[in-house]
Amino acid sequence: MTRSVIELTVTAEDRRVAWLATAAVGLSLVDAAIPSPLPGVKPGLANIVTLVVLVRYGWGTAVWVSALRVLAGSLLLGFFLAPGFFLSLTGTTLSLLTLGLARYLPARWFGPVSLSILAAFAHIGGQLLLARAWLIPHDGVFLLTPVFAAAALVFGTINGLIAAKLLAEPAPTEAVGLVRR
Amino acid sequence: MHWLTLIRPGDWLVMLLSAVAVGVSIPVFWQGGLADRAIIRQEGKVFAEIDLKARKHFEVAGPLGTTLIAVEPGRARVVSDPSPRQYCVKQGWLMRPGEIAICAPNRVSVQIAGRTKVYDSISY
Repeated sequence: MTRSVIELTVTAEDRRVAWLATAAVGLSLVDAAIPSPLPGVKPGLANIVTLVVLVRYGWGTAVWVSALRVLAGSLLLGFFLAPGFFLSLTGTTLSLLTLGLARYLPARWFGPVSLSILAAFAHIGGQLLLARAWLIPHDGVFLLTPVFAAAALVFGTINGLIAAKLLAEPAPTEAVGLVRR
Repeated sequence: MHWLTLIRPGDWLVMLLSAVAVGVSIPVFWQGGLADRAIIRQEGKVFAEIDLKARKHFEVAGPLGTTLIAVEPGRARVVSDPSPRQYCVKQGWLMRPGEIAICAPNRVSVQIAGRTKVYDSISY
């Protein structure tokens, strides 16, 4: 067998992103399995991973993990390049931009719960705007805003609490990663 | 108790503001906004248009007698009417834009209006 000319050096950072993205994709699948009363009202469990990554490894890693999650999640669930994919992408992009700004809030006062709620609102806001602009070009879409906003508040708070709980424990991931390699 | 320690002071503020935003979004996005005016009609013509801010009473004369209308902040109703079946009185308080109480025999009606016009039905 011919040896490959191209050498891809995989850094520890790459492995970390891959592991975290895998966790996020797993949670996306769990998310999709939970029955929802209304399309768009979902717990968004994968955002727990995004929050933990943001606080532990910074915004750049969070963007990588989220992007891979949206891509791999949509491929696994079969909606890659379908409207749902673009809704997901827009929501994720807006919530990442919001997190990019919100991480400068003083950490003493604003914890993961704040970040999570703000990200959830940005997420649903982005999705509603895209839906209005592209999928359902009628203001009737906004009739669902109160339901979505309430869901964003509830699930944002719960996800934020779970992320805060995970962040309160010391980081174990590095050691586990080394063993598994 | 354990979970509460994970919430920082600012988080409570964010949660509170978000809850307020959700609360405000309900009247904004549903039912064409808040009720802000009542329109009283007599014989099909506008008798009075009132801001739903203060407490007021109106006496509107019709062919059968006097219809008494009460206006309170955010709502309005027909208090008494000489019509035989009392439908408009039984409707009670009207508080959402588009709601209307019609005292047909006495030819008086009260309608609530908001910022945007609400239709009973639309057909295409």
